[in-house]
Amino acid sequence: MRAEAKLGLALLLTPLLMWLSLLIFIPHVDVFLVSLRERVGVGQYQISFANYLTFFQEPLYLWTFLRTAVMSSLATVMTLIIAFPVSYYIAKMIKGRAQSALFLLCLVPFWVSELVRTFGWMILLRETGVISNVLQYLGLVDGPVEMLYNDGAIMIGLVYTSMLFMVVPLVTTLESLPDEVIEAGYDLGGNGISVLREIIVPHAMPGIVSGCIVVFMLSLGNYLTPTMLGGKESLWFTELIYSQFIVRFNWELGAAFGFMLLILSSAIVWGMLKLTGQSLEKTMG
Amino acid sequence: MTKQSFAISAAVTVALMGGATVANADTLRLLTWGGYAPEDVVAKFEAETGHTVKVTKSNNEEMIAKLRATGGGGFDLAQPSQDRIAGPQEEFGIYKPMDMSKIDMSLFIPSMLEATKGNTTVGGDVYGVPHVWGTSGLVVDTANAGMVKDYTDLCGADVAGKVSYRLKRPTLIGFAFSMGLDPFAAYGDEAAYTDIMSQVEAKLIECKPGVKTYWGGGDELMGLLRSGEVVASMAWDTGGWKLNDDNADITFVAPAAGALGWVDTFVLPAKGKADDAAYAWINFVMQPEVAAMITAAAGNFTASDGAAEFADDALKAKYQASFPQEAIDNIKWYPPVPAGLEAIEGGVLDRVKAAN
Repeated sequence: MRAEAKLGLALLLTPLLMWLSLLIFIPHVDVFLVSLRERVGVGQYQISFANYLTFFQEPLYLWTFLRTAVMSSLATVMTLIIAFPVSYYIAKMIKGRAQSALFLLCLVPFWVSELVRTFGWMILLRETGVISNVLQYLGLVDGPVEMLYNDGAIMIGLVYTSMLFMVVPLVTTLESLPDEVIEAGYDLGGNGISVLREIIVPHAMPGIVSGCIVVFMLSLGNYLTPTMLGGKESLWFTELIYSQFIVRFNWELGAAFGFMLLILSSAIVWGMLKLTGQSLEKTMG
Repeated sequence: MTKQSFAISAAVTVALMGGATVANADTLRLLTWGGYAPEDVVAKFEAETGHTVKVTKSNNEEMIAKLRATGGGGFDLAQPSQDRIAGPQEEFGIYKPMDMSKIDMSLFIPSMLEATKGNTTVGGDVYGVPHVWGTSGLVVDTANAGMVKDYTDLCGADVAGKVSYRLKRPTLIGFAFSMGLDPFAAYGDEAAYTDIMSQVEAKLIECKPGVKTYWGGGDELMGLLRSGEVVASMAWDTGGWKLNDDNADITFVAPAAGALGWVDTFVLPAKGKADDAAYAWINFVMQPEVAAMITAAAGNFTASDGAAEFADDALKAKYQASFPQEAIDNIKWYPPVPAGLEAIEGGVLDRVKAAN
């Protein structure tokens, strides 16, 4: 019987382990090995850390990574600020069909591909686009306004793309907060701000943390939005990786960049968790 | 029972494997550019030969990256430009030599065939034959930016904020020629090439404030020019001629420093499995009538001898307007890119993109 239970467990675990090892572990080992190769001549390679040295010695690459990380953090904060009231309204203020309908509305944009959504923003923001034309029609501006091809456009695109991934965990955690607790807070003399600070936010913390991690990682690893909406200076780190792999045929440097992205982004997430006194266990629990 | 089913499955396997090699009807996995394998041509080929064609659309860099990832597998015929064959072959060994006896050489324009063979020879073996050729230069809205005659004119104050180009190697090469330098002559000399590229880098950074955006894909550029947000850009000749249909003011202009000429070829990936179908496709599409169908779809002329007679008169007229004889003589044809140059250019492009 015991042996059978063990077999059952092994069989149940097999798909997960195969998925982890074949699709995540082995490719990463391979990428790491490629990143350790240095091209010394036509078709000749040797093992060295030259690619990682390049990353640290060329200020451009480090700056691009920093820029990407800072902008992703900013996008995460903005998404949180916008998504929190929305989630609170959906989870606490309304009930029944209206609640499902609003939640569904958050979901609808994700039924079309990211490419189409980004094209939509391009049509809205461009110089001859909808917003520019409306502003001119209303007489608010004299000439066409260009809102595309700058960091602000990237920010709009990133926040829009990530909104759902913040709303879902927030709604789930906020729904589990009993209304009586909030009422008790007011009964004990709290006002709107202190109830928010002492009761709602602490309760929603796991949702906030998991939402922030997902949104940050999605923004950091986004390729489409920064490339399409970004302007002349808007170099995103994933763009660097793509161009090393595809345009420059330099897989070795591209692999090193990919690994640095993995290490540095993990470090940032870990650092933020430590800084805010949160831990992954609490978030998951 | 078990034994029997094993025997059956073994027989089926053998039959399938044998069938794949013996049968005449193969699947041709074609890695090509948009417009080079139009549906009507594919249908005609399938009806005539019995082979089926699976088309994957791509570009030079992605073609090489895809073939490199599989060591030259996954496709039976690819179409990179002729300057991108010798270098990647030396570096990655992703192609196999062409068997010229299986190609009907009378279908090709002789001078073009010889030039491509010369440029794609590695270690005595020929790796490519020419298919479609064209140029890149300037697409200009002549009503608003008639003064743009050369690559560096894109930096002019008159058109500031209304120009665009790609951050790719053709831009570096075009600007270098326009600045009176000869990057092709420096291909073999890394130090000299680095020097030329650093001059181009300085020029591109100086020009950056006037650039509206660096375009990435053909559709994006079309949108920018059609809407009038951009009045002059670096682009392919066909892009300019296509826009000319919608707006008579916009057309392709061969730059004073010379348009940059490219030839897209046929090559056999190293692990291709349907060589016969690949040779059949090459001989099929190089027939003048079929080549004219491809010209109609892609907008570019082919290396097929006699196909120009079948080509659309409107396209021929646009070609002649953009290319007077001296402009044709001035076309700078890309020589083979030596392995390793991409790294130098890559650094320049990254720094230009990051510059403020």
